[in-house]
Amino acid sequence: MNKLPLIFVGIFLTFTSAWIGLVAYPTLNLGEMQPLPDEETGGVLPPTTSGLAVAGQKVYASSGCVYCHSQQVRWSPLSTDIAKGLGPRQTVARDYLREKVAFLGTMRTGPDLSNIGARQPDTNWHHQHLFEPRTVTDWSIMPSYRYLYKTQKIEGQPSSDAVQGLRGPHAPKLGYEVVPSEEAKALVAYLLSLKKNYKLPESPEPSEP
Amino acid sequence: MNSPSLLSSLNPSTEPDALDSIERAEIDASTRIPVLLFFASAIFWLLVGSSLGLVSAWKMTNPALLDSFSWLTFGRLRPAHLNAVIYGWATPAAIGVGLWLTARLCRIPLLHSKLLISAAIIWNLGILLGICGILIGDGRSIEWLEFPAYSTPILFIAYAFIGIWTIIMFRFRKPGHIYVSQWYLFAAFLWFPWLYATANILLVWQPVQGPAQGAINWWYAHNVLGLWFTPIGLAAAYYFIPKVIGRPIHSYYLSILGFWSLALFYSWNGMHHLIGGPFPAWMVSASVVASMMMFIPVITTAINHHMTMRGHFESLQWSPTLRFIVFGAVSYTVVSLQGSSMAIPALNTITHFTDYTIGHAHLGLYAFFTMILFGSMYYIVPRLVGWEWPSATLIRWHFWLSAVGILLMVGALTLGGLLQGLALYDVASTFRSSLEFANPFRVLRGISGFILLAGQLVFAFLFVQMLLKLGAPKKGPALFTKPAEQTNDTVAI
Ligand code: HEC
Ligand code: HEM
Repeated sequence: MNKLPLIFVGIFLTFTSAWIGLVAYPTLNLGEMQPLPDEETGGVLPPTTSGLAVAGQKVYASSGCVYCHSQQVRWSPLSTDIAKGLGPRQTVARDYLREKVAFLGTMRTGPDLSNIGARQPDTNWHHQHLFEPRTVTDWSIMPSYRYLYKTQKIEGQPSSDAVQGLRGPHAPKLGYEVVPSEEAKALVAYLLSLKKNYKLPESPEPSEP
Repeated sequence: MNSPSLLSSLNPSTEPDALDSIERAEIDASTRIPVLLFFASAIFWLLVGSSLGLVSAWKMTNPALLDSFSWLTFGRLRPAHLNAVIYGWATPAAIGVGLWLTARLCRIPLLHSKLLISAAIIWNLGILLGICGILIGDGRSIEWLEFPAYSTPILFIAYAFIGIWTIIMFRFRKPGHIYVSQWYLFAAFLWFPWLYATANILLVWQPVQGPAQGAINWWYAHNVLGLWFTPIGLAAAYYFIPKVIGRPIHSYYLSILGFWSLALFYSWNGMHHLIGGPFPAWMVSASVVASMMMFIPVITTAINHHMTMRGHFESLQWSPTLRFIVFGAVSYTVVSLQGSSMAIPALNTITHFTDYTIGHAHLGLYAFFTMILFGSMYYIVPRLVGWEWPSATLIRWHFWLSAVGILLMVGALTLGGLLQGLALYDVASTFRSSLEFANPFRVLRGISGFILLAGQLVFAFLFVQMLLKLGAPKKGPALFTKPAEQTNDTVAI
């Protein structure tokens, strides 16, 4: 086989076969997927998310949370994800319709976040945790995101959005408070929106966990 | 002229190139500036990228380290590390090796070097912009495609120059057979722009909907390894092993089988990164099957290299090039077999989200690919600058620091990753125990990073000396020991 054109055709065809299967197919098929009507509420599945949560996706991307946190629940019995409480059911393609970037992730250095909004619905908890994770979970290796917060002097009334109950070396001194930036607020809104616990026909909940 | 019969066009030639030494010197000289430019910038980014990796590594065991700066947060350093080593080091170094091999194997002096010099400069500007973009928070968190949308078109333009150049070189090559390394080079140089353009269009410039992204993302990332780095690494191994020991490759037919099975099966591998993920089952199954089929090209190539080396293993004692290349070729076999095994769902479910994968990544990109690149550079650079490596002792240091460092890193991450994965899998274990199991091994990984970086600094020091022609002029090449018998003219390292 000394013919360059022949080699060219070969490398073209082998590559194209996979390109059709793994690129063109998902683009044309999953790329056109639509939400389903939700008979119970009259809304759609997956539910639409707030503008703030959508803005939070950008903060999630620029902070690189995806390098430690996955957002996918694998099926049972392939994995023990459901038994370990990561979610009530396997996550499927339709679950990612609301995501500008689907943060599936490849690492579980930290826990999976597919359902963090259901597991931990408290806004203030998230702010405390992002501000200094080790004051909430002392064995954590999650980095601090203090740079998303501002420590300021309390002028008159404390701000209504100030983070409550901060402890540790970076906690505000007396007369000071810590307020979340717009980015931090958006990020937490995004985390609270992560609830893949609605029902989808293509992903039934396993009868026994 | 008669058209060649089918048999004669299948005529296997097992010799890399049959050039006389004058032609060879002329071709080498024509590649000097572009190849050295790619090598020098690559080595710079290797040091930057590894330092970023080292800081990321220590942040995982000491989260308070440098934690008040947004641009040094783990979630930015890690993608900056990955992109610096993939697009700053491995890609330009591979391009440099590829250009040099292409000129030699097409048997013509390099044409249009201005095209390549501009490509090298534009490429590096793109990388600089991209890395800074990630650090200031414009990264996209799409793995392997983190560069912001304002830097990837620059990279694409630079790459287009190289693709055009490849086609010109092949078009004007001297008639004669096409050596197996050329197949790999030709394919890789065409596959890469196709990969890069597809992924950027569908994920960065005009992103498709969320549900489709993962498949395209991992089709891309896996093929950068399989259809870009691997073919260039194998092209170098297929060239340098026969060259240094001075005997032809064992079997041309095995290399044909290896090439086509790699082209077909590797391109289908991507979805094994998403086993259990939110995709139609047939897509994942196809990739799992393709991953198993990878045994064919891997074993074929391993047999071919081994049979070529047989009876010549003593060359490893004196030739730096061969020592690095053979280390890389053996690692290729190991990492590929490991990769196939990691696609088995029962193992994947445990190792998937853990440090085990990071061990695998470094086994592939460091123990295989980076070592092959080092070995190739030891052969190529003296021929470009007309100067011999100043110190065999320092080359030996470079080798052993790299070998010990990478074995420690991969060993630690593999063991730690398994324990971490078992804790994550076991329903009775807490999440906390997965961190506690992994932690001591992460400390070892951090130590291995210092060892690797030390090796790289030795190499960079040698390289700078070569560029400046420092040290006493040498009569012969820098060899570890005197070879027992001179092979042919290729002994030079
Ligand atoms: C270096 C890895 C790392 C990075 C980067 C990281 N995390 Fe974490 N995260 C962890 C670890 C480890 C835990 C478990 C310990 C804890 O709760 O702090 C965790 C826990 C969490 C939890 C609580 C999960 C639960 O189930 O209780 C949330 C929410 C979270 N992280 C959000 C984020 C966000 C948002 C980002 C990005 C701004 C981020 N993490 C970046 C490692 C990381
Ligand atoms: C001093 C040397 C190095 C150190 C200390 C180092 C460290 C690291 C760290 C800490 C990570 C992230 C791990 C995690 O998220 O858990 C990583 C990822 C990675 N590194 Fe390195 N690294 C080094 C050199 C290199 C080189 C030279 C290459 C390539 C040629 C490379 C390729 C990669 C890749 C591809 C990943 C991503 C793996 C994945 O997502 O699966 N590294 N490295």
